[in-house]
Order: sequence, then structure tokens, then C-alpha cells
Amino acid sequence: MGSRLPRWLIGVTLAVYAFLHLPILVLVAFSFNDSKFSASWVGFTLDWYYRLLERPDIMRGLKASLIVGGVSTVVSAVLGTLVALALARHRFRGRTALEGFLYVPIVTPEIVVGISLLILFALAKIPLGLTTIIIAHVAFSLSFVVIVVLARLEGMDQNLEEAAMILGADEITTFWKVTVPQLWPGILSGALLAFTMSFDDFVITSFVSGSGSSTLPIVVYGMVRRNIEPSINAISTIILLVTTALIYLADRLTTEK
Amino acid sequence: MASSRQRILGWLHPRPQARAWLLLAPGTLWLLVFFLVPILIMLVYSVMPRGIYGGVDPGFTLEHYRRFFDPLYLDILQRTFVWSVACTVICLVLGYPVAYVIARAGRWKSFLLFLVVLPFWTSFLVRTFAMIFLLRDTGLINNWLVKLGVDPIAMLYTPFAVMAGLVYGFLPFMILPIYASLEKLDFSLLEAAEVLGARPAERFRRVTLPLSMPGVVAGCLLVFIPALGSFLTSDLLGGAKEMMIGNLVQNQFSAARNWPFGSAASFIVMALVLAAVMLYLKVKDREQEEAA
Repeated sequence: MGSRLPRWLIGVTLAVYAFLHLPILVLVAFSFNDSKFSASWVGFTLDWYYRLLERPDIMRGLKASLIVGGVSTVVSAVLGTLVALALARHRFRGRTALEGFLYVPIVTPEIVVGISLLILFALAKIPLGLTTIIIAHVAFSLSFVVIVVLARLEGMDQNLEEAAMILGADEITTFWKVTVPQLWPGILSGALLAFTMSFDDFVITSFVSGSGSSTLPIVVYGMVRRNIEPSINAISTIILLVTTALIYLADRLTTEK
Repeated sequence: MASSRQRILGWLHPRPQARAWLLLAPGTLWLLVFFLVPILIMLVYSVMPRGIYGGVDPGFTLEHYRRFFDPLYLDILQRTFVWSVACTVICLVLGYPVAYVIARAGRWKSFLLFLVVLPFWTSFLVRTFAMIFLLRDTGLINNWLVKLGVDPIAMLYTPFAVMAGLVYGFLPFMILPIYASLEKLDFSLLEAAEVLGARPAERFRRVTLPLSMPGVVAGCLLVFIPALGSFLTSDLLGGAKEMMIGNLVQNQFSAARNWPFGSAASFIVMALVLAAVMLYLKVKDREQEEAA
């Protein structure tokens, strides 16, 4: 290590970390507060969590989110892995253009994606519902999966595949027995990120969901708009727990060798 | 089974292009049909006359783009732009020192990095709600102020709240790319500069900052773009008065039912984003040329 860091730099850093994390910690703490209105601590309770169970809208939203997250994750994991394989292992015309195109969904504002899909579905007379949400979620998470899987592929030893082929395995056998097992952590972390994005998305979903197909974030948004109550803290805490666990897993998978 | 499998492999073997496209086709088609085509349709919508029940009528018009010269909408455009720039600058000022500390944090590095990555992936809606919880009139901050004997301050539904929400939301996007370029920086260069008598401020201005420029530019882009298109932050923290262009778009597709005008607004966002990306690519190219 070189010279020590100046004290003011460490001060700024601590302040920024507090700014990034204290609001969430406060939100979580107050999900256990035994008071409906007060912003000061009254006492510990799990009441707000029990009340969530009694709310059919939240339970329906959770179910919709899990269905949408599950299906869209599997679809984008499969399609994304195939695209990544083609990009890493094949030279073809239009490769650079395609790679550039893959980054466009990542930088496109969500609101643009949302309304353009709404127009498409209206024009094609596809009724809004879980299917349209799933289509939209695959469209915005696919590129992320490609990038994560591609990173893993580029760090992978291709000699093993060649060895398998030399030993007489055909391409399909080699793919399932050699490529996929090695690639698995990359696919899994891409899938975890896709699920997290799907589980969290509000903006795009709000445009392409029909009246009977509200996902959890749509329900939560409705609650926030109506009135602030501790139940929102409780459901937020649950969402945070789920996504933190998934991101931690994805992080572990991408850093391990 | 085995024979058809061999036949397919036999056909594909001398055709590497076909093999590549077979892998690419499903994902690429998905993005074409559900990402690119919708945006093109939106573009077409933006130059068509408004229909009665939300859709469009046949014809061609530039009326929707012309409406943006109306002071009301010019105001929204200007506010969106100014706020996005301000948010980017604040994120840069706050984020750079943090990225620098992480890059030199030794064994704490991965933990500190994880703490930045975490909010990056945390539900934006939940994080915005956390801000409401702190800033509202009966929120935690005002609660403390009252205890200290200070009158509560109305913070929610002000530009301050929107800016706090935007910075809170997008700061990780600034820290991560700057960290990535500082991590690659050879710190012995700084020691060399120190030995040669450069003072801290000069070392930063002449060594650290130029070498971390790619990260700075990428970070600014990654903050500026979502800030331009943001809608949830101004919706929940800004109330109805402080509209950004994202709220205008949303409004046209719900209450106002003017889809072509909403499409035009949305396309303006898209065009600004593309311009920012082009600028970024140009800067990156020039840096690579200079490096070569």
C-alpha cells in the first residue's frame, strides 16, 4: 500500500455510505414499530407482517411476481446463454453490430421501453396480462444475461471442449457434458440478476400489466400513493430480503473460480 | 433419434454461419420484435394525428413536436435537463472520493464494493419509499427537528426531495465505473509524482484524474441517462407540480390519452439518450487513439 488516505476522504466516504444505507435501515427498523402513525419508536411488534397475510391484493401480487419472475428468468437465461455462446465461439457477419445492439436495451430509459411495448400490444390487439409482462421482462433482462454469461465464457478453458471432441464426443454431448457444467455459475448468476430485475420492476410493468395482473411492485406503488402505513415497511423489508439474498448469491457465483 | 441428430450435425458442420445464427436467432428475434420494432412504431406514432380513443388517426403531422415549443412543455424539458445535469454533477462530487477510497481499501475492498452494488440492485420503488419515509412532514427527520425544538420543514414534494431521491437512486452508477478505472490505476505513478515534488492537489489533477477519465465519463453517462428518463422519483417525491418529461410521457398514456404526443415526448428522451451515448463513444475513441 502507498501513502495513507487523508482523513477527510474517509469522512466523505462514511457519509456517502450512511446516505446510501441509513434510509433503508430506518425503513426496515420501523416495520417492527408498534405504532401506526408515529415516527418515533414505540415498541417491537410483528403485527405488520401478520397483517400482510390477510391482504388478498398482496398475496395475489406476490403470486403474479413469482410467476412472471420465474418464467421470464428461464426464458432469458436460455436465450441469453445461446446468444452469448454464439458471440464467444463463432465469427459471423454483423457480429460487432449485434454486440452493440445488445447494449441498447440497457441504456434505454425504462419509460421508453414501457410505452413502446404498450403501443405494440395495443396495435397487435394482445390483451394486457401476465403474458405481456413476461414478454417485457425478457426484453429488458436478456442483455444482462448475455453480458454475464459472456464474461464467464471468455474466462473459460476451451481446451476441455476440444479434448472431449478429440476423444470422440459429438458437439451436443460435448455441450451438455463439458460446456454447460463449466458455464453453470455464469448462467445461474445471470438468471439471479434477471429474476431480481423482474421482481423489482415497476416502471415497465406499470404500462404492460392489465387490471387483474398486478405484480407486487404495482400493488406496493398503489399503497404508497394511498397512504403511508407500516405495512408498506413490512412488505418492503420482505422484498429487500429476497433481492439481497439473490444478489449475494449472484455475487458469490461470479467471484468464485 | 440418433440418426436425425447425426444428420443435423452433419448439415451444420460445414456451415459455421448457420450454426452461429441458429444460436443467435431466438434471442435476437425477441429483441427485434419486442424492443426495436416497438420503438420504431412509437416513432411512427409520434408523427401521426391523435385518435379519439387513445390511438392514432392516419396521416402525417409534426404538431406533437411543435407543441414542445409551448412554454409549458419547454419548461418541463428544461427542468428535466437541468435536474439531470445537476444530479450527475452531485453524484460525481460525492461518488469520486468514495470510488477512490474503495480502490485503495486493501482487504476491505470487496466488502465496501458489495455495499455499493447492493443498492444498485435494490428495488427502486422501495428506495424511493425509504426517502418518503424520512422526508415527509411526519417523517423521521422532522420528528427529530421537533424534538430539538425546531419547526418542521416541508421537504416532501419539493425540488429538494426530487434531487435527494435522484442522487440517492443513481449514486452507485457513478461509483462503480470510476472505481473500475481507479482500480487499474498504477499507484506507483502517484508515488513517482510525489517524489518529483508534486503536491497532493497537483498529483490528483495531473495523474489520477486524467487516468480515471474513462470511468468518470462512463459514470456520468450511467447517471445522466436514467435521470433523464426518471419518472418514479419525480412522481412520488416531487408531487404533481415538479413534472419531468417521464411524468409527461406517463400522463399522455394514462389520463390525457394523447398517445402520439406521449410518443413524441418519449422519442425526445430516446434521442437525448442516444446523443449522450454517441458523445461517450466519441470520447472513448479519442482516448483509445491517444493511448495508442
